Order: sequence, then structure tokens, then C-alpha cells
Amino acid sequence: MKLKPTYVFLILSVSFLAYSFSIYIKPLSAKEDQRFNKKMSSDGQLVWQNYNCQSCHQLYNLGGYLGPDLTNVISNPNKGENIIRAMVKSGTKQMPAFNLSDNEMNSLIEFLKSTDASGKADPRKLKVNSFGMVE
Amino acid sequence: MKASKFDIGNLFLVTALFMLVSGLCFGILAALIYLFPDFLKQEIGFASLRPLHVSSAMFWIILGATGCVYSGMKAFIKDSKIKVIAMIQWGLWIIAIIGIITSYFTKDFGGKEYWEFNPVWALPIALAWILFLVNFFLLVKKIKNWPVYIWMWMTGILFFLFTFSENYLWVFPYFREHFITDMTIQWKVNGSLVGSWNQILYGTAFFLMDKISNTKNTGVSKFAFAMYFLGLFNLMFNWGHHIYSLPTEKYIRYIGYIVSMTEWVFFIKIIYDWRASVSTIQKHYHYFPYKFLMAADIWVFLNMGQAILMSIPAINIYTHGTHVTVAHAMGTTIGINSMILFAACFEFLKFNSTNNNRIKYYKFLFWALQISLLIFWLSLNIAGIKKGIWQLSDNQESYSKMMESLRPYFIVFVLAGVGLMYTLSSLAFGLIKNMFTNNHSKDIVTH
Repeated sequence: MKLKPTYVFLILSVSFLAYSFSIYIKPLSAKEDQRFNKKMSSDGQLVWQNYNCQSCHQLYNLGGYLGPDLTNVISNPNKGENIIRAMVKSGTKQMPAFNLSDNEMNSLIEFLKSTDASGKADPRKLKVNSFGMVE
Repeated sequence: MKASKFDIGNLFLVTALFMLVSGLCFGILAALIYLFPDFLKQEIGFASLRPLHVSSAMFWIILGATGCVYSGMKAFIKDSKIKVIAMIQWGLWIIAIIGIITSYFTKDFGGKEYWEFNPVWALPIALAWILFLVNFFLLVKKIKNWPVYIWMWMTGILFFLFTFSENYLWVFPYFREHFITDMTIQWKVNGSLVGSWNQILYGTAFFLMDKISNTKNTGVSKFAFAMYFLGLFNLMFNWGHHIYSLPTEKYIRYIGYIVSMTEWVFFIKIIYDWRASVSTIQKHYHYFPYKFLMAADIWVFLNMGQAILMSIPAINIYTHGTHVTVAHAMGTTIGINSMILFAACFEFLKFNSTNNNRIKYYKFLFWALQISLLIFWLSLNIAGIKKGIWQLSDNQESYSKMMESLRPYFIVFVLAGVGLMYTLSSLAFGLIKNMFTNNHSKDIVTH
């Protein structure tokens, strides 16, 4: 039987749509995390985007390369919430000072609490299984 | 033959070339911040320069890809309605570009990585793309038995629109309130968007190969279709390799891993075809298009080898989040996408010269570009490997000390970047100038 390109294209496209929707519905079955305020964290993500923090910083090693990864900065014993607040306010050698409102700052901190609660980004904590996948 | 100054494909290609020059200027300024942290810190800052560079470079590729489709379909553009739609599409892009550049200069951000501008500017882009899709179907509706490049162009246009829309799902709190799902979608989008414009550009490469060799073999072969579907399969499902370290569902990561490994087929085929491709295409007369296509072939080999290795999770933990990823992004953007686009520009903008000194100068630019890119790519890879080792070491020194230790590689990277800027800008301006002064009777360079 001759396989027409149209059929192959349609089969792949339907599979892709099904795969995409399986990801879109994930939040429906997600458990509520009490360690942070969901609404504030969502606003904090907008602060992260509005000030383009991703241009220099990473979350789960995804993002810019000029500054460090901030996924677990809240639980880092050498950093933490207060240091973050101070650094954002005063800037560093490369990072300019940001004049965030109290509301923006609190939302940003809540967002970083939510990234911290989501898992560990330190590659040293990852293990490689027999299939070659990291866990 | 004189290239038409009002050709719609040329209009997109020339606009793309201007975006390339813009991307190079912003790229050099951003790179200097790696060496001089205070440079332009107060005036504009890295937070604006990086997206100015990235967006310009992406628009070079996207507008160039659009120009390639219109130039490739030139024979079918007879309907004035198509020209009007294409002009509106171009106008929407100009509005978007002006808005986006202003958005970055005024620090009016709001989008996700690579699309950091105020999301309102995504609307003209989406509208322009819808018009592109309409125009494409108007153009191809009378063509039966599509060659592979028309399939690839259609796929690229369609999937770009889908993934570009998906790129803004974060606007809905439903997605934004679930950080891991939101990041999964973000990297699904980034992977598939690159796959989309690659479909258009690889389609263009197939089109050019048929045109250069004056045959219709490449575009209709079963093998070309097999490669197209394998590429499409990867566009749809391999993006999971970006997020191995993200605690998303295991099956997403496994699908990404397994599908990425099918790219070995491309890789082995490239090696297998190597000698044949050199001996057949070389005979033909389209000197610069051929040279740039061959250069793209070499960069596909290097970058695909690197990509496959990076897709192995055990290796990925060393390279992820390091400059190896930047090297891969730059290697593919400049080495593959830009080489194909330059091949297309030299062909479609009808570069012609009977001036031997001018030809020699372009040959020099071609080789200087390849050498600059190789140095650029290697310096980033070495810096990335060093950072990868730091990431996994038990006795980590501070981040700033680690970055300071990479300074020698950043110096080489900036110097090679200057070489890239000089060669690519000179080629871009040369092509634009050639298009506006093209009045030679000879059509093709026969060196």
C-alpha cells in the first residue's frame, strides 16, 4: 500500500495535538501547595518577566548566563529572602538596582518561593539511571 | 537579467538582511558586557541588549524564511490579491519590529525568554503570519503532487502559527499558576518554533539544490520525504531534551530522549552522502549559493553531532545551562540557518559580478566568516565545558569567581564576534547594494 504524505502528516499532527493537550490538562490534577500563595506567585512571575530577570538568570538552568540560577535561592543558606530583597534594591557589580514597589517585591519573592518548592535545580542532586536518564 | 526591486520575496529578504545587521550590532554590545560589566549598564543594560540581539537575529531568520518562500513561489505570484496580502503582511512586520525595538529600549518587557517584548506586539506578528498562511494556500492550490519543499514550507508556516500562539498561554492564570507546566509549555514552544523555521529553511535548501542542479530529483525522492517526516516527528516530540532537569512528568523527558536519538539517522546519512554531494553539485555554476549550502552542510554535521550528544541525559547534565548551549544556538543560527539564507539571498537577489576583485573579496568574506564562526563556537564550547565541570564539582567556588575564570574564553569569543560582525555585515550590505545596482547582463557567477 502506498502511504500518501497527507495521511502521514495528519497522523503525526493528531498525535502532536493529543500530546499537547495531555500537557495542557496537567494543572487540573495538580495538588495545591500550601508553602506559597498561588495568586501572588503568579503575579510574581509577571514581575520576573516585566523586569526581564530571565535575561541574566536561570530557573532550572534555563535562561540567561550572566548571573546564577535562582530556582532554589530562597532555601540557599547563604542567600535567602532578605539577601534577595537587598540585592534587587541595591544592585551588584553587573546587575543594576531595581526600584520595585513593595507589592512587586513581595510577589517576586513569592514566585521564587514557588520555584523553590517545585524541586531542586542543582545538577549535583541528579542521578543517572541505567537507561541514561537523569532523575 | 535584472532583479526586480519591487519583488515581494526580495522585499522580505532585504528587510531580513537589515535585521541581521541590527542583530550583529546589538550582539557585539551585549558581548562586551561579559568583559566590561559596567559597559552601558545605566544607559541600556544587558536586560535590553540581549533581547535586542536575539529578536533581531530571530527576525533575520523568520523574515528571511518568508522571503525564501515568496521567492521560491515567484512563478505562481500572478494574482494581484496575493501581492496586496503580502504587502500588508510586510507592513504588519514593520509595525511589530518598530514596536518591539521601542519596547526593549524603553524597558517595556513582559514576555518570556526570546520573546521578552510587551506581548501586545505579538498581535501584528500573529496577524502577519495568518496572512502568510492564507497567501501560501492561495499560491499552492493549483499545484498537484507537491515536492517535499512545498510540504516543508507548509509545515513550517502552520506549526509556527500554532506554537507562536501556544507561546502566549502563560497569559492565562490557569497556566501561570502552575510553574512546572508553564515551563514545560515554554520549552515545548521554544523547541517547536525552531523546528518550524528549520522546516522552511531546509525546504529552501531542497528547493535550491533542485534549482542549482537543474533537476527535479531531490524534491520528489522517497528519501527526501522520509527525511521530512523524521524532521517533523522531531519538531513535534523531541523538545523534551531541553527540560531533563525540570521535575515534569517522566514520560515527557523519555519521549524527548528517545525521539532525539532518531536524529542519528540524519547524522549517518550526512556522512554517507558526503562525497556524492560534493561531486555532483560542485559542477554547477551557482558559485556562492553552492558554497553557502556546502558550508551549511558542514555546520549541520558539527551541530547535529553536538545536539545528539547533548540530548543524552547523562551528558546533558554537564552541558545544560552552560555556554555549550549558547554555542549550539549560535552554531545552528549562524552556521546552518544563516548559511542557507545567504545561499538563498545570493540566488534570489541575483548576485552577479564580472569584477574579479569583487569576487575575490566575497570569497575572502566567506572564508573569514567560517573561521570566525569556528573560533566563536569553540570558545563558547570550552567556556561551557568549564562551567559544566564547576556545576558538578563538590567544592564549588562562587559563581562570580567561576565567571572570572572564563574571561580568557570570553575575550576570544568577543574577538571572533567582531569577525562575524564584519563578515556578515559586509555580505549583507554587499547583497543589498548589488540588488539596487544590479544592471549587468551576466546572470550568474561562473567561477
